[in-house]
Amino acid sequence: MLDTIIEGAVAFMLIAGGAFAFIGSLGMTHLKDFYMRLHGPSKTTTLGVGCTLIGSLIYFSREDGPIIQELLITISAFITAPVSAHMLAKSALHHKLKPDPRTRGNPVELESDKPRHTIEEAPQGDSPLP
Amino acid sequence: MIPPTRWLPMPVLSLLLLVVWLLLQQSVALGQWLLGGVLAILIPVVCRPFWERQPTIKRPLKLLGYFLRVLGDIVTANIQVSKLILDPRGQMRPAFVEYPLTLRENFPITILASTITMTPGTVSAHLRLDGRTLLIHALDVADTRALIDEIHQRYERPLMEIFES
Repeated sequence: MLDTIIEGAVAFMLIAGGAFAFIGSLGMTHLKDFYMRLHGPSKTTTLGVGCTLIGSLIYFSREDGPIIQELLITISAFITAPVSAHMLAKSALHHKLKPDPRTRGNPVELESDKPRHTIEEAPQGDSPLP
Repeated sequence: MIPPTRWLPMPVLSLLLLVVWLLLQQSVALGQWLLGGVLAILIPVVCRPFWERQPTIKRPLKLLGYFLRVLGDIVTANIQVSKLILDPRGQMRPAFVEYPLTLRENFPITILASTITMTPGTVSAHLRLDGRTLLIHALDVADTRALIDEIHQRYERPLMEIFES
Protein backbone atom coordinates (compact mmCIF):
# COMPACT_ATOMS: atom_id res chain seq x y z
CA MET A 1 0.00 0.00 0.00
CA LEU A 2 2.71 2.40 1.04
CA ASP A 3 4.71 1.35 -2.01
CA THR A 4 1.82 2.24 -4.26
CA ILE A 5 1.50 5.68 -2.71
CA ILE A 6 5.23 6.37 -3.03
CA GLU A 7 5.30 5.14 -6.61
CA GLY A 8 2.27 7.29 -7.37
CA ALA A 9 4.00 10.35 -5.90
CA VAL A 10 7.16 9.65 -7.94
CA ALA A 11 5.13 9.18 -11.12
CA PHE A 12 3.15 12.36 -10.46
CA MET A 13 6.33 14.39 -9.88
CA LEU A 14 7.97 13.05 -13.05
CA ILE A 15 4.90 13.71 -15.20
CA ALA A 16 4.39 17.18 -13.72
CA GLY A 17 8.09 17.96 -14.21
CA GLY A 18 8.02 16.78 -17.82
CA ALA A 19 4.84 18.70 -18.56
CA PHE A 20 6.17 21.94 -17.05
CA ALA A 21 9.51 21.63 -18.87
CA PHE A 22 7.64 21.00 -22.13
CA ILE A 23 5.31 23.98 -21.66
CA GLY A 24 8.27 26.20 -20.81
CA SER A 25 9.99 25.17 -24.04
CA LEU A 26 6.76 25.64 -25.99
CA GLY A 27 6.67 29.18 -24.65
CA MET A 28 9.99 29.82 -26.37
CA THR A 29 8.38 29.25 -29.77
CA HIS A 30 4.92 30.54 -28.96
CA LEU A 31 5.53 33.95 -27.39
CA LYS A 32 6.11 37.03 -29.46
CA ASP A 33 9.09 38.99 -28.15
CA PHE A 34 12.22 38.46 -26.09
CA TYR A 35 10.80 39.82 -22.85
CA MET A 36 7.79 37.51 -23.01
CA ARG A 37 9.91 34.51 -23.95
CA LEU A 38 11.91 35.14 -20.79
CA HIS A 39 8.92 34.09 -18.67
CA GLY A 40 8.93 30.49 -19.92
CA PRO A 41 12.43 29.35 -18.97
CA SER A 42 12.70 31.46 -15.83
CA LYS A 43 9.61 30.04 -14.14
CA THR A 44 8.12 27.05 -15.85
CA THR A 45 11.27 25.16 -16.79
CA THR A 46 12.77 25.74 -13.35
CA LEU A 47 9.72 24.22 -11.68
CA GLY A 48 9.89 21.35 -14.19
CA VAL A 49 13.47 20.61 -13.18
CA GLY A 50 12.51 20.99 -9.51
CA CYS A 51 9.63 18.50 -9.82
CA THR A 52 11.81 15.94 -11.61
CA LEU A 53 14.51 16.26 -8.95
CA ILE A 54 12.01 15.82 -6.13
CA GLY A 55 10.62 12.72 -7.86
CA SER A 56 14.13 11.32 -8.09
CA LEU A 57 14.72 12.30 -4.45
CA ILE A 58 11.69 10.30 -3.29
CA TYR A 59 12.59 7.28 -5.46
CA PHE A 60 16.23 7.00 -4.41
CA SER A 61 15.49 7.80 -0.77
CA ARG A 62 13.28 4.71 -0.65
CA GLU A 63 15.87 2.56 -2.45
CA ASP A 64 18.94 3.39 -0.36
CA GLY A 65 18.25 5.65 2.58
CA PRO A 66 17.63 9.40 2.69
CA ILE A 67 19.41 11.45 0.06
CA ILE A 68 19.73 15.21 0.50
CA GLN A 69 21.96 16.28 -2.38
CA GLU A 70 19.05 16.52 -4.79
CA LEU A 71 17.21 18.86 -2.45
CA LEU A 72 20.30 21.10 -2.41
CA ILE A 73 20.42 21.03 -6.22
CA THR A 74 16.74 22.02 -6.33
CA ILE A 75 17.25 24.91 -3.91
CA SER A 76 20.25 26.23 -5.81
CA ALA A 77 18.34 25.98 -9.11
CA PHE A 78 15.57 28.09 -7.62
CA ILE A 79 18.04 30.65 -6.28
CA THR A 80 20.04 31.02 -9.51
CA ALA A 81 17.24 31.01 -12.11
CA PRO A 82 15.85 34.47 -11.24
CA VAL A 83 19.34 35.95 -11.25
CA SER A 84 20.08 34.69 -14.76
CA ALA A 85 16.65 35.87 -15.96
CA HIS A 86 17.39 39.30 -14.51
CA MET A 87 20.76 39.46 -16.29
CA LEU A 88 19.18 38.40 -19.61
CA ALA A 89 16.48 41.06 -19.27
CA LYS A 90 19.10 43.65 -18.39
CA SER A 91 21.20 42.86 -21.45
CA ALA A 92 18.09 42.91 -23.65
CA LEU A 93 17.30 46.40 -22.33
CA HIS A 94 20.90 47.39 -22.94
CA HIS A 95 20.61 46.29 -26.57
CA LYS A 96 17.25 48.08 -26.77
CA LEU A 97 15.40 45.08 -28.17
CA LYS A 98 11.99 46.09 -29.47
CA PRO A 99 9.14 44.82 -27.30
CA ASP A 100 5.92 43.50 -28.79
CA PRO A 101 3.72 46.42 -29.97
CA ARG A 102 0.98 45.45 -27.52
CA THR A 103 3.33 46.08 -24.60
CA ARG A 104 2.24 48.99 -22.45
CA GLY A 105 4.64 51.11 -20.47
CA ASN A 106 7.65 52.81 -21.97
CA PRO A 107 10.79 52.48 -19.85
CA VAL A 108 13.51 55.07 -20.31
CA GLU A 109 15.98 52.27 -20.99
CA LEU A 110 14.28 51.60 -24.33
CA GLU A 111 14.12 55.18 -25.56
CA SER A 112 16.43 55.69 -28.50
CA ASP A 113 19.48 57.81 -27.77
CA LYS A 114 19.14 60.83 -29.98
CA PRO A 115 22.45 62.47 -30.75
CA ARG A 116 22.91 65.38 -28.40
CA HIS A 117 23.69 67.86 -31.18
CA THR A 118 24.30 67.85 -34.92
CA ILE A 119 27.75 68.30 -36.39
CA GLU A 120 27.18 72.02 -37.05
CA GLU A 121 26.18 72.64 -33.45
CA ALA A 122 28.94 70.53 -31.98
CA PRO A 123 31.48 72.46 -29.88
CA GLN A 124 34.24 73.76 -32.08
CA GLY A 125 37.74 75.10 -31.71
CA ASP A 126 39.05 75.51 -28.21
CA SER A 127 35.76 75.04 -26.42
CA PRO A 128 35.91 72.24 -23.82
CA LEU A 129 34.95 68.74 -24.89
CA PRO A 130 31.28 67.94 -24.44
CA MET B 1 22.48 36.51 16.05
CA ILE B 2 26.10 35.52 16.50
CA PRO B 3 28.36 38.58 16.57
CA PRO B 4 31.06 38.69 13.87
CA THR B 5 34.69 38.36 14.93
CA ARG B 6 37.98 38.76 13.09
CA TRP B 7 38.21 35.13 12.03
CA LEU B 8 34.51 34.71 11.54
CA PRO B 9 33.47 37.82 9.61
CA MET B 10 30.18 36.24 8.55
CA PRO B 11 29.19 33.67 11.17
CA VAL B 12 25.88 32.74 9.54
CA LEU B 13 27.55 32.12 6.18
CA SER B 14 30.20 29.97 7.88
CA LEU B 15 27.55 27.90 9.61
CA LEU B 16 25.64 27.52 6.36
CA LEU B 17 28.78 26.42 4.50
CA LEU B 18 29.54 23.80 7.15
CA VAL B 19 25.98 22.44 7.08
CA VAL B 20 25.88 22.31 3.27
CA TRP B 21 29.26 20.56 3.22
CA LEU B 22 28.10 17.88 5.67
CA LEU B 23 24.84 17.42 3.75
CA LEU B 24 26.68 17.07 0.44
CA GLN B 25 29.08 14.52 1.92
CA GLN B 26 26.21 12.71 3.67
CA SER B 27 28.48 11.90 6.59
CA VAL B 28 29.23 13.25 10.04
CA ALA B 29 32.68 11.64 10.33
CA LEU B 30 35.34 13.65 12.18
CA GLY B 31 37.31 14.21 8.96
CA GLN B 32 34.32 15.81 7.25
CA TRP B 33 33.72 18.09 10.25
CA LEU B 34 37.37 19.21 10.17
CA LEU B 35 37.50 19.74 6.40
CA GLY B 36 34.12 21.47 6.39
CA GLY B 37 35.17 23.63 9.34
CA VAL B 38 38.38 24.72 7.61
CA LEU B 39 36.43 25.61 4.45
CA ALA B 40 33.76 27.41 6.48
CA ILE B 41 36.44 29.63 8.04
CA LEU B 42 38.64 30.04 4.95
CA ILE B 43 35.99 30.90 2.33
CA PRO B 44 34.41 33.86 4.19
CA VAL B 45 37.84 35.27 5.11
CA VAL B 46 39.00 35.12 1.48
CA CYS B 47 35.85 36.53 -0.11
CA ARG B 48 34.99 39.07 2.59
CA PRO B 49 36.04 42.08 0.43
CA PHE B 50 33.42 41.22 -2.19
CA TRP B 51 30.54 41.18 0.25
CA GLU B 52 28.11 43.89 1.08
CA ARG B 53 27.37 44.62 4.69
CA GLN B 54 25.05 41.85 5.81
CA PRO B 55 21.68 42.89 7.18
CA THR B 56 20.51 41.15 10.30
CA ILE B 57 17.49 38.90 10.16
CA LYS B 58 15.23 40.25 12.86
CA ARG B 59 12.44 37.70 12.61
CA PRO B 60 13.65 34.28 11.45
CA LEU B 61 10.22 32.68 11.91
CA LYS B 62 8.64 35.21 9.61
CA LEU B 63 11.34 34.50 7.02
CA LEU B 64 10.33 30.83 7.07
CA GLY B 65 6.70 31.84 6.57
CA TYR B 66 7.77 34.05 3.68
CA PHE B 67 9.60 31.19 1.96
CA LEU B 68 6.61 28.88 2.32
CA ARG B 69 4.33 31.54 0.83
CA VAL B 70 6.72 32.09 -2.09
CA LEU B 71 6.89 28.33 -2.66
CA GLY B 72 3.11 28.17 -2.89
CA ASP B 73 3.08 31.16 -5.21
CA ILE B 74 5.66 29.56 -7.50
CA VAL B 75 3.27 26.66 -8.14
CA THR B 76 0.28 28.93 -8.86
CA ALA B 77 2.53 31.15 -10.98
CA ASN B 78 3.50 28.22 -13.13
CA ILE B 79 -0.06 27.08 -13.65
CA GLN B 80 -0.98 30.64 -14.69
CA VAL B 81 1.94 31.01 -17.10
CA SER B 82 1.28 27.53 -18.53
CA LYS B 83 -2.33 28.51 -19.19
CA LEU B 84 -1.20 31.69 -20.93
CA ILE B 85 1.30 29.82 -23.09
CA LEU B 86 -1.16 27.08 -24.03
CA ASP B 87 -4.05 29.48 -24.71
CA PRO B 88 -4.50 29.26 -28.49
CA ARG B 89 -6.01 32.73 -28.75
CA GLY B 90 -2.88 34.23 -27.22
CA GLN B 91 -4.70 37.12 -25.57
CA MET B 92 -1.86 38.64 -23.58
CA ARG B 93 -1.47 42.10 -22.20
CA PRO B 94 2.26 42.51 -21.63
CA ALA B 95 3.49 45.64 -19.92
CA PHE B 96 6.54 47.28 -18.44
CA VAL B 97 5.77 48.41 -14.92
CA GLU B 98 7.91 50.66 -12.77
CA TYR B 99 7.79 49.55 -9.19
CA PRO B 100 8.77 52.14 -6.57
CA LEU B 101 10.95 50.49 -3.94
CA THR B 102 10.56 51.27 -0.28
CA LEU B 103 13.25 48.80 0.80
CA ARG B 104 16.62 50.42 1.27
CA GLU B 105 19.16 47.64 1.78
CA ASN B 106 20.62 45.73 -1.13
CA PHE B 107 20.14 42.23 0.19
CA PRO B 108 16.37 42.46 0.80
CA ILE B 109 16.01 44.15 -2.60
CA THR B 110 17.79 41.18 -4.18
CA ILE B 111 15.38 38.80 -2.49
CA LEU B 112 12.42 40.91 -3.64
CA ALA B 113 13.67 40.98 -7.24
CA SER B 114 14.17 37.20 -7.26
CA THR B 115 10.73 36.67 -5.73
CA ILE B 116 9.13 38.85 -8.39
CA THR B 117 10.81 36.80 -11.11
CA MET B 118 9.63 33.51 -9.63
CA THR B 119 6.01 34.55 -9.00
CA PRO B 120 2.97 35.10 -11.26
CA GLY B 121 3.65 36.56 -14.67
CA THR B 122 6.38 39.02 -13.75
CA VAL B 123 10.13 39.24 -14.39
CA SER B 124 12.25 41.91 -12.75
CA ALA B 125 14.16 43.45 -15.61
CA HIS B 126 16.21 46.32 -14.31
CA LEU B 127 17.08 47.71 -10.92
CA ARG B 128 17.72 51.42 -10.89
CA LEU B 129 19.50 52.09 -7.68
CA ASP B 130 19.61 55.84 -8.28
CA GLY B 131 15.90 56.33 -8.82
CA ARG B 132 15.00 53.56 -6.41
CA THR B 133 12.69 51.83 -8.84
CA LEU B 134 12.53 48.31 -10.13
CA LEU B 135 11.51 47.79 -13.74
CA ILE B 136 9.22 44.80 -14.08
CA HIS B 137 8.04 43.09 -17.24
CA ALA B 138 4.64 41.47 -16.79
CA LEU B 139 3.23 38.88 -19.16
CA ASP B 140 -0.45 39.56 -18.68
CA VAL B 141 -1.62 42.47 -16.59
CA ALA B 142 -4.92 44.34 -16.63
CA ASP B 143 -4.20 47.01 -14.06
CA THR B 144 -0.63 48.05 -13.33
CA ARG B 145 -1.66 49.92 -10.18
CA ALA B 146 -3.20 46.74 -8.73
CA LEU B 147 -0.04 44.78 -9.59
CA ILE B 148 2.15 47.27 -7.75
CA ASP B 149 -0.15 47.21 -4.72
CA GLU B 150 -0.20 43.42 -4.68
CA ILE B 151 3.59 43.12 -4.78
CA HIS B 152 3.86 45.71 -2.04
CA GLN B 153 1.35 44.02 0.26
CA ARG B 154 2.33 40.45 -0.41
CA TYR B 155 6.13 40.56 -0.63
CA GLU B 156 7.71 43.88 0.18
CA ARG B 157 5.97 44.49 3.48
CA PRO B 158 6.92 41.11 4.99
CA LEU B 159 10.51 41.66 3.82
CA MET B 160 10.57 45.05 5.49
CA GLU B 161 9.35 43.50 8.71
CA ILE B 162 11.95 40.74 8.52
CA PHE B 163 14.97 42.89 7.74
CA GLU B 164 14.39 46.51 8.50
CA SER B 165 11.67 47.04 11.08
